[in-house]
Amino acid sequence: MADWVAACAADDIEEEDVIRFDHEGRSFAIYRSEDSDYYATDGFCTHERVHLADGLVMGAVIECPKHNGRFDYTSGKAKKTPACVDLRTYPVKVEAGTVYIQVD
Amino acid sequence: MNAFGMVIVGAGETGARAAEQLREQGWTGKITLVGKEKEAPYERPPLSKAALLAEETPTPVYVAREERLGELNVDWIAGSVAVRIDRSAHAVHLEDGRAVPYERLLLATGASPRRLAMEGADLSGALCLRTFADALAIRERLVPGNRVLIVGAGFIGLEVAASARERGCEVTVLEVGPRILMRVLPPEIAAIVEERHRRAGIAFKLGTGIVGAAREGAWHAIKLADGEVLRGDTLIVGIGAAPETALAAESGLAIDNGIAADERLATSDPDIFAAGDCCSFPHRLYGGRRFRLEAWRNAVDQGIHAAKSMLGETAPYEAVPWFWSDQYDLTLQVAGLSHDATSTATRQSAGNTIVFHQDGAGRLLAASGVGAPSLAKDIRVSEMLIARQAVLDPAKLADPDVKLKSLLAD
Repeated sequence: MADWVAACAADDIEEEDVIRFDHEGRSFAIYRSEDSDYYATDGFCTHERVHLADGLVMGAVIECPKHNGRFDYTSGKAKKTPACVDLRTYPVKVEAGTVYIQVD
Repeated sequence: MNAFGMVIVGAGETGARAAEQLREQGWTGKITLVGKEKEAPYERPPLSKAALLAEETPTPVYVAREERLGELNVDWIAGSVAVRIDRSAHAVHLEDGRAVPYERLLLATGASPRRLAMEGADLSGALCLRTFADALAIRERLVPGNRVLIVGAGFIGLEVAASARERGCEVTVLEVGPRILMRVLPPEIAAIVEERHRRAGIAFKLGTGIVGAAREGAWHAIKLADGEVLRGDTLIVGIGAAPETALAAESGLAIDNGIAADERLATSDPDIFAAGDCCSFPHRLYGGRRFRLEAWRNAVDQGIHAAKSMLGETAPYEAVPWFWSDQYDLTLQVAGLSHDATSTATRQSAGNTIVFHQDGAGRLLAASGVGAPSLAKDIRVSEMLIARQAVLDPAKLADPDVKLKSLLAD
């Protein structure tokens, strides 16, 4: 069953930035866009085990901090090598200043 | 001429990326990749924790496995060394007597570890780190209680030192220079790294040259210029690497601290290109000054760039140099090159320290940082500022309340 899990406060993340969220042995990256829309993906890059929350967000793109693979974090699509496998994304909602993600 | 095809000598990160890129750019002719090792292209040196610390037997981090090379329709000649280039006949001669004709040739021959050279010294059994076999040999020595002497306090020496310490070895790092990381990091950053190593229990012997080495049974005895003798059961040498230029030099190509290439990465022969650790090239961002870089990103980017140049593109290679090193829980990252800097500004925030290097006009030339992995964000922004040759107010660079990203808009 898919559960909504409280990940962080909406203002824990700066605009156009990303933070890490760990839950039950899994790790996620939670994004806030320039327009303060929120998104969530798997935390680790699909190329090597590097956490994307340490990477730079530019527009809708997150870049791996080590190998510069890029993904569109709104869709999970891999945009630049060495990343070639898409990132998994998760539904996100914001209620009363808290960001929730739906994990299964 | 298409039948001649593209030939790449050197099957490391650079060579493999170049082969991949040639196909991506639509080259359908022959591609031949000649590698000295039997192993498919993998990352060198293998510094990852997996290579040195993993409990189970590690494997190399492959850039392209045999299967991938097959998909790309690359003729991979493994375990062979190119010994001569016949430039007038456009052919590379291999040690087994084969001649491989080329239309365009890429030299991605890499670099080899420098050895300690001293008259009368017995350095038998000394280890270095470049190949996967080197990593396995070092790994075998990293057992609890071993007394490890490491010569050289550069990135490689220090990463190995951290791994050895994590494995429970007693570790002493010897460095002839007055401090660690002399060539790559400013003193404020190096001091933080040194302190972290000391806290982990690493002993340093800085500013002292080595004047002799002997074997005493299983022990290495290293004699220092100040008369002290250090003994260890394991000796690891990390004093830099020398570019593999012999093949190019013998073929009459220009050499200048590496195989001398132009801004497109073409050598003094317009049909022969060079890329990666073996290549020296002029960098537009630094007034055309010639550099040779040993770094993962450069190996990748130059391989890709050289492939495009081989197909006739004329764009210059002008990526901002970028290096990283992980030691314990510390991340070190450097963007740019600080050789021409006349001033620095230091930013401290959330446990991260970044030193910005500027020239007399205030142009940002380099940024060196140490701290948590999230440091990467600010270094990446710095890299973009360096690429656009931004002239910046040092007070803003040093002020942690000014978002670096906001400077991109100036």
